[in-house]
Amino acid sequence: MKENLYQYILEIADNCLILGQRLGELCGHGPNLETDIACTNISLDLLGQVRSYYQYAAQVMEDGRTEDDIAFMRMEREYRNTLLVEQPNTDFAFIISRQFMFDLYHYLFLKELQHSRDLSLSAIASKSIKEVSYHLRFSSDWMKRLGDGTEESQRRMQAAINTLWPYFEELFEISDAGKALIKEGIAVDTKGLKKDYLNSAREYLQEANLIMPEVEHFMKGGKSGVHSEHMGYILADLQYMQRAYPNMNW
Amino acid sequence: MEALTLHIDKRLISILEKVPDPEIPVLSVIQMGVVRNATVTGNKVLVKITPTYSGCPAMDVIAEDIIKALGEEGYKAKVDLILAPAWTTDWITQKGRDALAKYGIAPPLNATADKAALSGDKKLVKCTLCGSKNTRVVSPFGSTPCKALFQCEDCKEPFDYFKCLK
Repeated sequence: MKENLYQYILEIADNCLILGQRLGELCGHGPNLETDIACTNISLDLLGQVRSYYQYAAQVMEDGRTEDDIAFMRMEREYRNTLLVEQPNTDFAFIISRQFMFDLYHYLFLKELQHSRDLSLSAIASKSIKEVSYHLRFSSDWMKRLGDGTEESQRRMQAAINTLWPYFEELFEISDAGKALIKEGIAVDTKGLKKDYLNSAREYLQEANLIMPEVEHFMKGGKSGVHSEHMGYILADLQYMQRAYPNMNW
Repeated sequence: MEALTLHIDKRLISILEKVPDPEIPVLSVIQMGVVRNATVTGNKVLVKITPTYSGCPAMDVIAEDIIKALGEEGYKAKVDLILAPAWTTDWITQKGRDALAKYGIAPPLNATADKAALSGDKKLVKCTLCGSKNTRVVSPFGSTPCKALFQCEDCKEPFDYFKCLK
């Protein structure tokens, strides 16, 4: 039970950590000041949420590990984030599409997690969803602006969606830990959410003059620790200080 | 984590009212609504604070400042961070809202008006310099997670708007 809960918290939190790290790369490099500030603000929200999750995970394990150990000292295979969030900041169309695909999922997921029987998870969800509704508003607005923008921006948005769409399904994959905790009323049964996600995404995409791609083969692996080639580079950046100076503190 | 109702020991209010929010120093942690509970046992004080936004870096500083301020009055304080119930801009006191506007940050509107203002559908946010509502949103995200950037179309003043969080 303890191990399942720990794994489940990581599944949720690692998505926020890795996407937060990706967005953090844009600090000072956004296409303009407004989007630069927005992406880094969203990154800050996600990293704040991660802290709450990791603090709780550390508390669950009761073995002296800290939120920093969980964030910085794991090996690649121990991270449980989906492949979507580790995809690179190819161009702004990719950044927005990745963000939109995640935000829509994140919002629907937190809406359910608020009703978890685990009171710590439900508290974190109730706090986070307020922030995430701003994220979704930001990314879906940009989907429309770019998708329904110029010929060039529409073409690039459609290319980004086509490339990233095979990664959406993994968000809804249920791990063994998740399965066990759904029975306890702690984890969210994401099976039911997928339909809502697809319906809602279809509406957003239509409004943005974009076509939802038809995909036969979906990319998976992150949730069980098998990551894409990008993950090592992300961790090299993320973990550098702790690897170079183990146990360093601010 | 049981739901907590606001309760602050009367003896502590005047001390805590002197502890400013490090990002928005015109507001005290009381006016900001981040102090949810403060109790005294002997000379020991337990204060429960709640974050405005999850990633707000001010929380650690606020905890330190509270311990210091209470320490100066002879109290030994411990500060716990709680998440439930989640902070909302509704908890910013009226005094706090007035102080914000005077400082140059437009106070939060209600949820519906906030949405309309931030999406650019309606002009509802009042310029902190000239009071005109002829203002436009420059960026829905600003210098801190809690703020958006606005500009007045009449007097051209750029200013911050404190976003509604509900």
